[in-house]
Amino acid sequence: MTPPVLIFAIGNESRGDDALAPMLLRGLADAGLGSQVELLEDYQLQIEHVADLAGRERVLFVDADMSCMEPFHLSRIASEKDSSYTSHAMTPHALLHAYHQVYGEDAPGAFLLRVRGYGFELGESLSDGAAANLAAASARACEWLADIQAVR
Amino acid sequence: MEQNQPSTSGLRRVAIDPISRVEGHGKITLLLDDENHIREARLHIVEFRGFEKFIQGRPYWEVPIFVQRLCGICPVSHHLVAAKAVDQLAGVDRLTPTAEKIRRLLHFGQVLQSHALHFFHLSSPDLLFGFGSDMAKRNIVGVLEKYPDIALKGVKMRKYGQRIIETISGKRIHGTIAVPGGVNKSISIAERDAMLADIDDILAWSQDALALNEYIHGAHTEHYSFATIRSNFLSMVGGNGELELYHGGLRARSATGDVLFDQFDYCGYRDILREEVRPWSYMKFPFLTALGKEQGWYRVGPLARVNNCDSISTPLAEAARKRFRDFAQGGLVHDTLAYHWARMIETLHCAESIQQLLHDPDITGTDLLEDKGDRRKVGIGVLEAPRGTLFHHYEIDDDGMVAKANLIVSTTSNNQAMNESVRAVANEYLDGKEITEGLLNHLEVAVRAYDPCLSCATHALGKMPLTVELQDSSGSVVSTLLRSADGEFCAAP
Repeated sequence: MTPPVLIFAIGNESRGDDALAPMLLRGLADAGLGSQVELLEDYQLQIEHVADLAGRERVLFVDADMSCMEPFHLSRIASEKDSSYTSHAMTPHALLHAYHQVYGEDAPGAFLLRVRGYGFELGESLSDGAAANLAAASARACEWLADIQAVR
Repeated sequence: MEQNQPSTSGLRRVAIDPISRVEGHGKITLLLDDENHIREARLHIVEFRGFEKFIQGRPYWEVPIFVQRLCGICPVSHHLVAAKAVDQLAGVDRLTPTAEKIRRLLHFGQVLQSHALHFFHLSSPDLLFGFGSDMAKRNIVGVLEKYPDIALKGVKMRKYGQRIIETISGKRIHGTIAVPGGVNKSISIAERDAMLADIDDILAWSQDALALNEYIHGAHTEHYSFATIRSNFLSMVGGNGELELYHGGLRARSATGDVLFDQFDYCGYRDILREEVRPWSYMKFPFLTALGKEQGWYRVGPLARVNNCDSISTPLAEAARKRFRDFAQGGLVHDTLAYHWARMIETLHCAESIQQLLHDPDITGTDLLEDKGDRRKVGIGVLEAPRGTLFHHYEIDDDGMVAKANLIVSTTSNNQAMNESVRAVANEYLDGKEITEGLLNHLEVAVRAYDPCLSCATHALGKMPLTVELQDSSGSVVSTLLRSADGEFCAAP
């Protein structure tokens, strides 16, 4: 049975603030989410991740962002036929579009939580600013999850 | 073999930054004169900055875990090659049959999924639509729309490779299967059967992908010379000269096919390879010491491996290798775009090898660890990663902490060759012409053939897109174009 809610974190824990999304996921896992929510993470969003969206009702993508407002930005996202110009930069929007191409149906409702980061060099730890943003974003992710579960 | 000449002043500069659809970020700089003639072409790549510092001071047994964080595309390759080096540090020279076969299965899964990603996701848009076609559709989404069957096979093949990695290592990413002296998890009968369930499809799709690439290269005679250069080739081969991805000796051939060295113990790699530093690039330029830096640069990866080996151990891939070599009428295949063809030969070999290993009773064995011997101060691991020969070299102190680390990654080995290919394309297609996106993509097609991994495992939204900057002969910027993530060019504000 596929859990109806997926939270997908994108990032690399060893590259400074790119650890934001995996660390947010770790915090959610520690809180205990039950059988209705699945947590997945990967370094980069790739075409085959369409398979992870199959059978879901709601999906939340979490990613570090170098330019969004502080501390985070949460929005519902739609399928977009963009030309994500590098494979590692395949956007959640493009993945939703690819889902439709692969499965012939609309992708599940999806949201994107962008958490503001500042430094992304190999071996760096999370910056102080990013740590503060992570706390705020984690709280918002919990709210999002509660809202989703309330209407299910 | 010509090399890029030193920079000269008084030229117009075109910078393509970053290169699209390669792993990570790179930049191509073109220096043009007032007549739009190419004076110089250079590929700049940001290498594994900070890698040695990242590893130093860590316990040696943790290295295979940490090196996976270097790259989001080939973490398994780094994991396995580091494990080979760590085996030496732990005093282990030979693994149990089950441990070695599990590691090999993991490696075949990694190469299969990486090659599938490269062809279906990164290169097929160029090959199926044309190098100068509308960039709005020249991407994986466009392939999904026009060739859904092809694209879907690619998605499923990559997913299958990822599933092998997840099954063996226990996790989708950050798996920790390889430990000093072996592996830490066996494969159950149920897990083996689950992997076997889809292998026939994967084999069939691998053959289809090979046939498609073989057809594309054969049918497009203009591909023969596109970005083509004549080079030496370096790869690992097995004891009988066969294609070998996990463990063997080093073999190098000259451009004419002469064997320069063979079955060379990779632990002595510093005797045969040196690295040159150039002021305009972060990345070093390796060369075969015996030939010197001007003549000794070489290529690695699928093209090198399929050219270098005498045979392939699996029947379908071996038949494909013979056709590949027949294409060159007994010589070596130097066509840069034949990297794609060779990559699909290897993909088929991986699928056949996975099938063989899954039917091998050792694969579900439980004898996973070899006893450790006396600890050694130096460990060197080499394997053939998807993009080519990968070297990991570690030295540890008396407490088992890493005191020194050195990597030569595949993309570094191909650095000079990529520069040569970029220059060949620039001279043939761009010289004297007004630069357009379609023409710029020709340069990127040349680079993409090598499947460079630029070590950028950072995914962050909001990155700066491609920039093209034109400078006049005085060095002043006369115009700047930005290409956004949706592929549209716009003038810089």
